[in-house]
Amino acid sequence: IAKGRGEEGRPGGTARRGLQREGVINDPDFQHEDLNFLSRSQRYEQAIRKSSLMVMKLREHGIADPDEIYWFKRTCLGPFPEPFGLHFSMFQKTLETQTTDAQKEKWLPLVRGVNIIGTYAQTEMGHGTHLRGLETTATYDPATQEFILNSPTVTSIKWWPGGLGKTSNHAIVLAQLYTQGQCKGLHAFIVPIRQLGTHEPLPGITVGDIGPKFGYDEMDNGYLKMDNFRIPRENMLMKYAQVEPDGTYVKPLNDKLTYGTMVFIRSIIVGDSARSLSRACTIAIRYSAVRHQSELKAGEPEPQILDYQTQQYKLFPLLATAYAFHFVGAYIKDTYRRISGDIIEGDLSELPELHALTAGLKAFTSWTANAGIEECRMACGGHGYSRCSGLPDIYVTFTPSCTYEGENTVMMLQTARFLVKSYTQVSSGQRVTGMVSYLNDLSRQRIQPQHVAARPVTVRINDPISLVEAYKARAARLVEAAAKNLQAELNHRKSKEDAWNRTSVDLVRASEAHCHYVIVKLFTAKLSEISNAAVRAVMTELCLLYALYGISKNTGDFLQAGILTDTQVNQVNQHVKELLAIIRPNAVALVDSFDFHDVHLGSVLGRYDGNVYENMFEWAKKSPLNKTEVHESFHKHLKPMQAKL
Amino acid sequence: VTAPASKVSLGYDSVLSGVNPDLASERLTASFSVEKLTARLDGGAEHTRMRRAIVEAIESDPAFSRENQYFQSQNERYEAAVRRAVHLQKKMREMGWTENGPEIKYIYRWLSGDIAFLLHRVFMRSISVLGSDKQVAKWIPLATEHQIIGSYAQTELGHGTYLQGLETTAVFDIATQEFLLNTPKISAMKWWPGDMGRSATHTVVFAQLYVHGKCYGVHPFIVQIRSLQDHSPRPGVTVGDIGPKMNFEHTDNGYLMLQNVRVPRENMLSRFCEVQPDGTYVRWGSQKINYFTMTTVRISILSDEVILPLMKACTIAIRYSAVRRQSKLKPGEQEAKILDYQTQQQKLLPQLAAAYAFHFINIYLHELFDRGYQEIQGRNFDSLPELHAFSSGFKAMVTQYCTSGVEICLRACGGHGYSLLSGLPSLYTRVLASCIYEGENTVLFLQTARFLIKCFMAASAGQPIPPSVTYLSSAKPGKCPAKDKLDFLSPDVYLKFFQFSRLLSSSAAKLQHLIQSGAEKHEAWNQCTVQLVKAAQAHCHYITVKIFVETVEKLDNKAGIQKVMKHLCDLFALHGIFSNAGDFLYDGYLSGAQMDLVTASYLDLLAVIRMDAVPLVDAFDFTDKSLNSALGSYDGQVYQRLYEWAQKSPTNQQVSPAYGKYLKPLLQNRLSKL
Repeated sequence: IAKGRGEEGRPGGTARRGLQREGVINDPDFQHEDLNFLSRSQRYEQAIRKSSLMVMKLREHGIADPDEIYWFKRTCLGPFPEPFGLHFSMFQKTLETQTTDAQKEKWLPLVRGVNIIGTYAQTEMGHGTHLRGLETTATYDPATQEFILNSPTVTSIKWWPGGLGKTSNHAIVLAQLYTQGQCKGLHAFIVPIRQLGTHEPLPGITVGDIGPKFGYDEMDNGYLKMDNFRIPRENMLMKYAQVEPDGTYVKPLNDKLTYGTMVFIRSIIVGDSARSLSRACTIAIRYSAVRHQSELKAGEPEPQILDYQTQQYKLFPLLATAYAFHFVGAYIKDTYRRISGDIIEGDLSELPELHALTAGLKAFTSWTANAGIEECRMACGGHGYSRCSGLPDIYVTFTPSCTYEGENTVMMLQTARFLVKSYTQVSSGQRVTGMVSYLNDLSRQRIQPQHVAARPVTVRINDPISLVEAYKARAARLVEAAAKNLQAELNHRKSKEDAWNRTSVDLVRASEAHCHYVIVKLFTAKLSEISNAAVRAVMTELCLLYALYGISKNTGDFLQAGILTDTQVNQVNQHVKELLAIIRPNAVALVDSFDFHDVHLGSVLGRYDGNVYENMFEWAKKSPLNKTEVHESFHKHLKPMQAKL
Repeated sequence: VTAPASKVSLGYDSVLSGVNPDLASERLTASFSVEKLTARLDGGAEHTRMRRAIVEAIESDPAFSRENQYFQSQNERYEAAVRRAVHLQKKMREMGWTENGPEIKYIYRWLSGDIAFLLHRVFMRSISVLGSDKQVAKWIPLATEHQIIGSYAQTELGHGTYLQGLETTAVFDIATQEFLLNTPKISAMKWWPGDMGRSATHTVVFAQLYVHGKCYGVHPFIVQIRSLQDHSPRPGVTVGDIGPKMNFEHTDNGYLMLQNVRVPRENMLSRFCEVQPDGTYVRWGSQKINYFTMTTVRISILSDEVILPLMKACTIAIRYSAVRRQSKLKPGEQEAKILDYQTQQQKLLPQLAAAYAFHFINIYLHELFDRGYQEIQGRNFDSLPELHAFSSGFKAMVTQYCTSGVEICLRACGGHGYSLLSGLPSLYTRVLASCIYEGENTVLFLQTARFLIKCFMAASAGQPIPPSVTYLSSAKPGKCPAKDKLDFLSPDVYLKFFQFSRLLSSSAAKLQHLIQSGAEKHEAWNQCTVQLVKAAQAHCHYITVKIFVETVEKLDNKAGIQKVMKHLCDLFALHGIFSNAGDFLYDGYLSGAQMDLVTASYLDLLAVIRMDAVPLVDAFDFTDKSLNSALGSYDGQVYQRLYEWAQKSPTNQQVSPAYGKYLKPLLQNRLSKL
């Protein structure tokens, strides 16, 4: 019913992409043994093979449009990380945006032609999210016009960059710049790390793989240690800040520019949250339609587990969430596109809010999706635990997004900082715009002695627009409470940081409430854009379920703020259960609409044809432990043991 | 060809020298005696001594080393587990340890399940419990001597928790006095049993018994599946490994298909029932003892498989949080320990409190079941429904809570938590399996709910109900009297919160309402299940808080232990209220202003417990080798350990063919055809 509006949200592209996808999936070059049966080294090797092939095919077909490249990559590689990933995203993108024309001329042809492979080395063993704490140094030597790079401590060793361990021969290294005896803060440098031709580490460079991880088996996340390693002055990325030959430092004009890249990457993570959760829902809901268990009614055949209320209660709110996040991801991407023109022209007025909002949404969606994937896996019982379900892989691949590109709690606090700032502006009589404009109402409220909580909201629980108002009231109440608690702490203490820290649990709650409001609002706004009546009807049900389920999980906030009465809370809970039954007949169609190909879903439980059990058996027979009928451990250990006793 | 990563000698970091000052300073401020608390947790100083001696004996034996565990493939892990299991037999003889001795629990606790033949132990237990004396006499010596290796085949591809649905058949053939075992369809294939994929020679198969065409339900049969000579599968047997899983790579969970496999009549385990030579089916004795034994399994897994992983995860995450520094809290000072951030405390300290809460509830449950066992021995089965409800509900609650707790610890360690070398991913993937095995949690909560509803109805009708649920009949409380945030540190005040049985009473009312308005019973039940699960959770939560409070009251306050335990108990309770605020605000039992006081009190406690956080995990007394974590070691030398350990990774030791085969041609632009 909703076919074609799923994964990409752009109906026009679906058919052509479908054809392209079939072509790639059936391409014999991309076939390989089930990844679950391979060792980490083998998975890495397969990933390199496929990435290399993909680059060749991109060249062959002359695909150059970034969106096309993105789609083609996802089709070739599926949902798995690739060792070249950072080459195309961070390495190339940084060189395109932060270099001078001369630098572009030198580096970009090499990068685009993959004559060099690069990565982006920012995180260190001792520092991640707090960038100012990075310890790697780049000291300018005017005598030779070179920078000397050093990893002065163990904690300063670059740690985690993808593709660094074994694949890359260059890296963009972030380091504290020292010139004329002064530290000028973090700057980016192009650093060759391996000999072209032999791939041996260069003298002064220590590089390797950081070892096994929860997931990302195909990725050679690496470490990098530099000892008095020299690079020419021209290897500093100099579009903004510059070091002149004599060591004079020229300051950049605007430091907000880097916000743009961050917004872009976070919008990708929001989209990723939607996609990963959609995949998990697809598997769990299809399997729940195939699995029969127990009896609801004595004497009747075992029902599909999807008919149990508890199972629906686990899965359908997640399905609604997956759809909600799709719309949020698309919104951020569109907004970013819309204002990126302004950014190039130097108009950064909309950027701070978008930057603050995406920080929180990145955290909110990745946390929710992370928990949701696990819920889906649990809902598949024992078989969800097998790698053949595909769910363990989805989880371990997705879960680091709660940490990378900004640890989630820190992200929430960034959003909170913006919220508190907006609240302060409103308190001092200024008006604020955008998603926080609801705070303006608080100033009107202030004239009356009443607490904001006492503001009457008439919530109609069958009406998404009314529910948006309820979420708005909750956000306003929690932002105000956090801001007031912060002020109270500030009145007691000297240190601003200390007061902030003592309010941070409240601040995170305020950010979460704000993000939750934004999501409900965007989902609701989307409904009126859907022209097909049947699709709009089912999307409205999902939107209602999303909003009402969120209330039933946070009744404390709504009761405490007086937004809902006890009776309404009962009605909300009751309506959630009614919606489960309403959505039940469309559940499988709603996940089919995500349109994942079996190959990309990578799940025996989630197969489109539902032939689960026979294919689990076929899959298991290929397991490495089954290579021989009698395992060698019998001859090595079991037999001698029995003989000895 | 790529060279292996060059060896690094850094001089300043190659020697791990002493305890990291950031961790050492945490231990100076302990408000209580760590050693005394450890002894309390072990149940006495003499137990601590014995445990340490055993751990020392195992850790000094290189055959038990787990250092390479994270680098090994499934095949290597399996082989290592078998090797360790064989070595353990030798070690036990050497040390004079026996299966029934007091040492055994410490041995297995240290091994944390990373060993083969655990299902062999279940095989033996099931024969002891379900077998006749004659069967015990025949099979147990063979199994003890490892002349045979057993498994326990219950779960099938199509059926797990719902046992009556199993599809494997065992048909009695009078002519040959044998049972004919069959897997009639693919979903009937046995799936998941441990030790069965590669190791076992025998297994206990659960199958639907048919005699003269009549089905008598599920019964256990001993079936030989592999040759005792060359280990090849017996005729009619298809057996193998079910493939890679989220964890338990060392265990050969297996599948088993039976086609006309015959076993003698004597192989049906017959302590409680038997098929006689003429096909007469006889049942004797009470199956209730058997039923009770199965029930206790759910309680027996809690300590080592569920609570211990949470304790380990807390140890790793809290020690690491005292070593990791990030951003500045005060301008001009050095970066703050992440443990000083309120948000980090709010993630970790409630998990620490829960670990202690569950340690105490576990002791309580064991005492309860020991008493129950004695009653049942005396043929008094009155407490059975209550014990069953306890085992189901607490299994579900503790596994669910600990699983989410371990995951919180994992994510609280940022990027490094994601490295296998942190030890956290493997703790998580192990503990989460416990939410499913021995009964899926939602199903178990509903079993508890069924018991509670029954009791509630009985209480409403004025009938007697078991002591653990008498609170269900207490009157609806008025408004909460607390006025100050300190009032919420009084157990009398917060216990009342948890006693509150509104979830249950309204479920019962709704259930009755639905039935009266014409819904069929099963449909009415299904429509109430979401709320019934919540009611069962609330019941278990209440009992846990209550037992924690009672335990703290009984502690004497020597060495500061009672005081710090009281803090943890308060934190566990207030965290429960804070996280379920809606349940308490509903009905106006608690006002909005009071809820703000609860939150304030809860946040204050975080700062108090923070001072004892490291000593409180030290008291769990895990050795570095049992934690097997670069982040959680006692000395806090996190970064050096991570760096040195990573260099031992096979990816840095072996030459990857990827460069020569793929990267080089690509870089030189002549990757024509691979």
